[in-house]
Amino acid sequence: MDILQVLADATRSAIGPVAAVYALAAIGLNMHFGYTGLLNFGQVGFMLVGGYGVAVSVSTFGLPLGVGFLIGIASAVALALVLGLPTLRLRADYLAITTIAVAEVARLIYRAEFLRDITGGVYGLQSFSTAFYQWNPFPSGTYGFGWLSFSARDLWVMTVTWGLVLVGSAVMWLLIHSPWGRVIKGIREDEDAVRSLGKNVFVYKMQSLIIGGVFGALAGAMLVVNQQTITPDQFMPQVTFYLWAILLLGGAGRTLGPVLGSVVMWFLLSVTDSVLRQLIATDVITFIASSEIGGVRHALVGVALLVLIIFRPQGLIGNRKEMLINVK
Amino acid sequence: MSSDVNGATVDRMAGVDPLPGVAKPDPILVVDGVRRSFGGLTAVDVEHLEVQRGTITALIGPNGAGKSTLFNLLTGFDRVDSGTWTFQGKQLNGLGGHRIAREGMVRTFQLTKALTRLTVMENMLLAAPGQTGERILGSFLRPQWRKQEEANRARAEQLLERFKLLAKKDEMAGSLSGGQRKLLEMARALMVNPTMIMLDEPMAGVNPALVQSLLEHITALRDEGMTVLFVEHDMDVIMGISDWIVVLSEGKVIAEGRPSDIRADQRVIDAYLGSGYEESGREPQTDTGESHE
Ligand SMILES: Nc1ncnc2c1ncn2[C@@H]1O[C@H](COP(=O)(O)OP(=O)(O)OP(=O)(O)O)[C@@H](O)[C@H]1O
Ligand SMILES: [Mg+2]
Repeated sequence: MDILQVLADATRSAIGPVAAVYALAAIGLNMHFGYTGLLNFGQVGFMLVGGYGVAVSVSTFGLPLGVGFLIGIASAVALALVLGLPTLRLRADYLAITTIAVAEVARLIYRAEFLRDITGGVYGLQSFSTAFYQWNPFPSGTYGFGWLSFSARDLWVMTVTWGLVLVGSAVMWLLIHSPWGRVIKGIREDEDAVRSLGKNVFVYKMQSLIIGGVFGALAGAMLVVNQQTITPDQFMPQVTFYLWAILLLGGAGRTLGPVLGSVVMWFLLSVTDSVLRQLIATDVITFIASSEIGGVRHALVGVALLVLIIFRPQGLIGNRKEMLINVK
Repeated sequence: MSSDVNGATVDRMAGVDPLPGVAKPDPILVVDGVRRSFGGLTAVDVEHLEVQRGTITALIGPNGAGKSTLFNLLTGFDRVDSGTWTFQGKQLNGLGGHRIAREGMVRTFQLTKALTRLTVMENMLLAAPGQTGERILGSFLRPQWRKQEEANRARAEQLLERFKLLAKKDEMAGSLSGGQRKLLEMARALMVNPTMIMLDEPMAGVNPALVQSLLEHITALRDEGMTVLFVEHDMDVIMGISDWIVVLSEGKVIAEGRPSDIRADQRVIDAYLGSGYEESGREPQTDTGESHE
């Protein structure tokens, strides 16, 4: 087995554009769950409206890409309002149920036949990201060294997406380490206590939902810009569960938790994939067909997460002391 | 039944008759016809109740009398079925809990609500009112809220000192004992700068040695002009500190009066106190409130 090749692929995956996109979306989920305690099981819905915001604006209506991003963000704000207005005054589980349902309904609407002229229906949309690649300042060629090199195109996507992750993490840090963040964390602990101290809990929860949703939308936008195409069925509920896995792996309620979580997660996914592939190719493993690798590696990652939750429930960089405090 | 905490026994309720629903000279809180039922059970049914400004009023009654429910209703944590109430002349019906707290009526909870994964100091700072940095855009104006934060921190340290929690200020609130959490919750409520503070069993689980100093603190707050309404079961505490006592039973106000009036009230004895408090004999009472049995 070529271990160097496995590690090279895994590293590329861990620092690649997709890992950055997932980190960005997980930062939003961290705002929701890690800091505010909101159970959002529909983060993929924010990615969907963000992605389509860009694709529909540019591809269908011929608007500039920048406007597409703004529309993607505005869609996320609207989605947050739709989710939050009816549920944020109710018990936490109502938001959870609503988010998972609304995200799925949104996907079905965007793929619906009657919207085909706008969203492209099940076939989605293409050619909306030309402008993005025209802005690429890197002259074409390969960048990096040896086994770790990227094309100018990939480098450009990575620069922008990781740049957003960096700026997003900084914004998050500033927000959380402020009196605003203190109220947000207080709500996570006990919203009635916070309300009894004169804070409008509903407004804070709404703000948190919107901010985290906008991060999801930016992630969705960068995802489809990277792919240069969008289809509705890539926004299935399991994307949200990947994001949860990433957040818990890295450490919820830590600024860098989602970033680290995404890097490690994509590294592990790539390693298990390559190792399985090589073991099957060399007939070491015969009871798994190569077409089943996808499923098996997800199962393995699931087991890894279970082990993590048992032995390190606070995630890789979470605070164990905080974790072990009995909440009620 | 000492009244030593009271110091010189000033009668702040001079001239007020010990009758259920009696009018007070300067009421800060006026409750009218507040009712709340859960299914078939009428938990609260208060026809008229006034709380005198600048006094310590105890709300007592047997378990399940509706004391906590009345607190929840008045502070916007539960909805009344009917009735109105005004605080400093302002009608509060339908306002959310945070609005009522901002009006100056701040409550604590019987089941303590420490914000467990925040430090003791963070619990205190969170409560301070009118913080610039607590608004979403204001949170980026670091230099602006830093100063406020320093002032709030100084005030918080004074309060924590009072409540014997200063040494714990950087610990997670979740690591405090039950009694310490009670203390933190009271200190935190005071951070809001309330006009009236409503304490639901503030002394439950607190070390008796500390209770005395807390009582002194509460009387000091009253002497500075704060109004205190508290629920308590400990008779020594109640009799020692209260200017006025309101007795609730099955949701209704069955008696009101000074500690001496209450101690002698036959219906209170029947409903609540039991024989241990019948020390001043059984003079016939002239109350006209709704009678039980
Ligand atoms: N949310 C609720 N749902 C149903 N019944 C309730 C609810 N809250 C309170 N009750 C009932 O209302 C009555 C009054 O309860 P409450 O908690 O106000 O009593 P309390 O005077 O505070 O008693 P304690 O001294 O034990 O704290 C009780 O019979 C209780 O069972
Ligand atoms: Mg109670």
